[in-house]
Amino acid sequence: MSGADTTIREVLQANGRLPVSAMTLRDDDDLYQHGLSSHASVNVMLGLESAFDIEFPDVLLRRDTFKSVASIRAALASLGAEV
Amino acid sequence: MEASTDDFRIALFEAGLLVPGSATGLFHRSFAFENVVRGIESFVSAAGRDAQRRQLYFSPLLDQSVLAKSDYVISFPNLVGILTTFTRPEKDLPKLIDQVESDGEWAELMSPDGLALCGAACHHVYPSLAGTEVPDEGLLFEVQATCHRHEPSDDPARMQSFSMREFVFVGSEGGAIAHRELWLQRSTGLLEKLGLSIEMVTANDPFFGRAGKLMGATQREKEAKFELVAAITSPKPGAISSGNYHGDHFGKAFAISLPNGDAAHSACFAFGLERITLALLHCHGLDIAAWPSQVRSSLNLVD
Repeated sequence: MSGADTTIREVLQANGRLPVSAMTLRDDDDLYQHGLSSHASVNVMLGLESAFDIEFPDVLLRRDTFKSVASIRAALASLGAEV
Repeated sequence: MEASTDDFRIALFEAGLLVPGSATGLFHRSFAFENVVRGIESFVSAAGRDAQRRQLYFSPLLDQSVLAKSDYVISFPNLVGILTTFTRPEKDLPKLIDQVESDGEWAELMSPDGLALCGAACHHVYPSLAGTEVPDEGLLFEVQATCHRHEPSDDPARMQSFSMREFVFVGSEGGAIAHRELWLQRSTGLLEKLGLSIEMVTANDPFFGRAGKLMGATQREKEAKFELVAAITSPKPGAISSGNYHGDHFGKAFAISLPNGDAAHSACFAFGLERITLALLHCHGLDIAAWPSQVRSSLNLVD
């Protein structure tokens, strides 16, 4: 697991209010099906912005962006974050 | 604001249908205006009489804990209004007098008293069912409340104090979705019968800030909210009704369960009574006596 991967999961663990450990989720597990609520996804978004020092543009403020660890990593990569 | 909105507001004032209130976004309504509102109330109520329902006029105030439990306060902190009052000891009264007499910030000496202004009529329904089990066939409510949203604007289509009539369902997932679909179709017919040109659009609530954009996008992708839009105070369409499916959000928040133990789902369909009245005035003109006879008879506006 890369350092960025760990950071993403730590943000999910701290902000996602998931009933399961974010550390054990598979890359493409659907976070919403694992209990990520709309409000928690907002906290995850803000947590990722702080952890990676980026700002999600409006075009990425969609449900799909935060659907899985993989989709979050892809979004961060598209913003030039080290992932 | 478009010039036509300004023109329409001024025309409403000149016709005496609306009178400016003491702050931006507050409008007093003439009896003639309110007669139309009452007509709409009865018109939509009659459309719902095929089903047994609890009918309630709610208080414009609710316990502020309801706003926290429902997530309303974190979703719309900029729209919320809470009440404050003077809870300090009498020895602090001179401070209050000083502030009032010096035209100062006397309101800062007030403290929240636990009450909030109601943001949507259905917000009273869920706490009234807290901790209870609803039957498989669900419960149906027809409710109304004077609502508040902190959105100061000169546009009468965005009053800070307005009336909302809602048909609310609490029960199974299928029942909630069917309720919204029924009322989206039914209300389109009702509003078209009043001569309005209606369009149904996917919509989202105005969640606060950048984070709110994600909430709004999620709501749209889930098609959780539909609005019926029409020209209200300008040709640009605005929402006059909306149908919302909440999933089990309120069921979980207020521990409302189904007989199988799952959290209840809910849906509401809301009519914005002043907005519909304004849309009718925009469509048929400010002389209510000259409105088409079918519209007048539907709204029981007898000569």
